[in-house]
Amino acid sequence: MNINATLLAQTIMFALFVWFCMKFVWTPIIAALEARKKQIADGLADAERAKHDLELASKRSVEILREAKEKAGEIVVNGEKRASEIVEEAKTQAKGEGDRIVAGAKAEIDQEVFRAKEQLRTQVSAIALAGAGKILGREIDAKAHNEMLDKLVAEI
Amino acid sequence: MSSEVETSAEYIHHHLQNLTYGHLPDGTWGVAHTAEQAKAMGFWALNLDTLIMSFLLGAIFLLMFRSVAKKAVAGTPNGLQNFCEWAVEFIDTSVRGSFSSKNNMVAPLALTIFFWVFTMNLMDLLPIDYIPSLMTWAGVPFFKVVPSTDPNATFGMAIGVFILVLYYSVKMKGFGGFVGELTLQPFGKWGMPVNFLLEGVNLIAKPISLALRLFGNMYAGEMIFILIALMGGAWAGFTMGGVTLYGSQILLSLGWAIFHILIVTLQAFIFMTLTVVYLDMAHQEHH
Repeated sequence: MNINATLLAQTIMFALFVWFCMKFVWTPIIAALEARKKQIADGLADAERAKHDLELASKRSVEILREAKEKAGEIVVNGEKRASEIVEEAKTQAKGEGDRIVAGAKAEIDQEVFRAKEQLRTQVSAIALAGAGKILGREIDAKAHNEMLDKLVAEI
Repeated sequence: MSSEVETSAEYIHHHLQNLTYGHLPDGTWGVAHTAEQAKAMGFWALNLDTLIMSFLLGAIFLLMFRSVAKKAVAGTPNGLQNFCEWAVEFIDTSVRGSFSSKNNMVAPLALTIFFWVFTMNLMDLLPIDYIPSLMTWAGVPFFKVVPSTDPNATFGMAIGVFILVLYYSVKMKGFGGFVGELTLQPFGKWGMPVNFLLEGVNLIAKPISLALRLFGNMYAGEMIFILIALMGGAWAGFTMGGVTLYGSQILLSLGWAIFHILIVTLQAFIFMTLTVVYLDMAHQEHH
């Protein structure tokens, strides 16, 4: 329990320990702690940024979806309009075609009627001639009565 | 202890005697074998046990932290790194709390003080007879295991702290400022001698209180362990008293050791905190 030179030795030892601790223990450990602190802070900031980006992206996606829906609706409307147009066009075309066919048929019928009338007229004039001949008892000279006959035919 | 039956007084003396190396009365250098020899060596002697134990403990603490510091990474820390980082952060927070100036030396100083004092105090929890007995068996007359029960160790540290306090007082305030602080308050320049007396005592009290507080606590704790150990030393066969004393020793040792864990930690913490506070005062213009 005597105070002796141990005192000085302990003081020197103490100083050396403190120096060693400061130089080789404290500095690197604190540096590592600071680095980790920075890493964590960076990580948190990144996470925050990512969250923000996600928010923006989801907003953007909703917008895009809405635009797409609008576009789709427009396309459908356009399609419908076009379809009705086509149908309308087809209708008018078909009507025109029908009219033409009807007109052609009418013309043919007219022609046929005319021809039948013509034939009938000729036959009637022939019958009339034959009847007249029988009534008169003699042959009617077709040449001599041609003028009269023609007149008759025209009358029928 | 020695092979002859020893008295309680001898037992206690044996436990309180340092292993002192110095100039023996017969003119040679060597280890003192009695307390009288150690005393006769005067100032120029070394307490080998204190030096060896404190050096070993400090080296173990520093090498452990150094092994972590060498490969300290910012990534996920493992077990030992966790512990060291926790310790460093604990000291750092505590220093930041009580030290307001900027000085990169104070925090590592506090770390060293805390762990060095803590490990030195912790030796108190080793069974008190084991190492001295082992040393006696190996031919070494004395061996005090707890360096902080040697005033040389505690005063050694306190003087180191005191030198720092003086150094930073002069560095921060200038020599004139420091002298002024010692002589011009609290009573102004007409009360200079009284001021100097008061402030001088105030200044000197810092290292002395640091050293004596630690020494006193650890010495008293050690003393109580020794006294408790004496109870079982009264063992003289299976008598009623002998068994009771032996049982009491075990229980009391356990109780005191558990309580001592608190003292060990607390004293290390107090030494560290007061050092930081004294240095903080040294850095400040007025206090």
